[in-house]
Amino acid sequence: MGGNSPCASCKLLRRRCTKDCIFAPYFPSDDPHKFAIVHKVFGASNVSKMLQELPAHQRADAVSSLVYEATARMRDPVYGCVGAISYLQNQVSQLQMQLAVAQTEILCIQMQQEPPTLASDQQMVDADHNNPFVVNDNLGAVPQMMNFGSSSSSSGNIAQDPLKREFLWA
Amino acid sequence: MSNFTRCAACRYLRRRCCGDCTLAPFFPSTNPTRFAYVHRVFGASNVARMLQQIPAEQRRQAADAIALEAYWRVQDPVYGSVGVISRLQREINAAQRELAETQAHITLYAARAQSPTTQFDPSI
Repeated sequence: MGGNSPCASCKLLRRRCTKDCIFAPYFPSDDPHKFAIVHKVFGASNVSKMLQELPAHQRADAVSSLVYEATARMRDPVYGCVGAISYLQNQVSQLQMQLAVAQTEILCIQMQQEPPTLASDQQMVDADHNNPFVVNDNLGAVPQMMNFGSSSSSSGNIAQDPLKREFLWA
Repeated sequence: MSNFTRCAACRYLRRRCCGDCTLAPFFPSTNPTRFAYVHRVFGASNVARMLQQIPAEQRRQAADAIALEAYWRVQDPVYGSVGVISRLQREINAAQRELAETQAHITLYAARAQSPTTQFDPSI
């Protein structure tokens, strides 16, 4: 008889823990709670399918994220992880607003610090189309100063992503 | 013969959709993909059980959150919604750094505006 104790999942599921048990590497018998919450939220067969569809080197990370999500859902049965995501999205929005305000302030300060002769010299204004402080042309330069950091478009913002809106509420 | 349309869950599971189907209010037949993802990640019986354990007035929000988590898990089978959280945290860090730099520039410009004739002496 072998001395190997069954993994946490086989112990919970009351079955024989074979050598090629897909759960054994990630759910050791000394941490039964970890598998218990994953099983409660996702179900053992779903987790098994998910792990089998992944290459072996990614399964540990997948298990960690599943445990995290299951824990979040146990803690907040209504919103789970989505509660944290909403909070973080709000933080991103607030920071972007603060950044926009700060960049506008810099622009104002720079415009105020311009020498007074610039506006009165019509030849310089007409010739210097690339000068960001030229009143007639500064609207073209504003987007460079007002860089909001468009990477947030990939953050999965629920309200802004039309795909997710359609998925949720169609 | 009734014209009652089965909800997405009962249609997917090929069963009769009763009037008191737990999943019907949250998985309409017009969006079969939503239930397909939820079933794939959580399982129909798990979702029904989770929703039944939540007060009725919060079940819609819970169903939407579960659907979102399932969607993110299907999009990213390794990290799921945790990947979204990580990405947001990186964005927050980057935005905080950029804000700090911008505010430092403001301070510099404001100082320059107050004493425009002061020469910068790097030896001090």
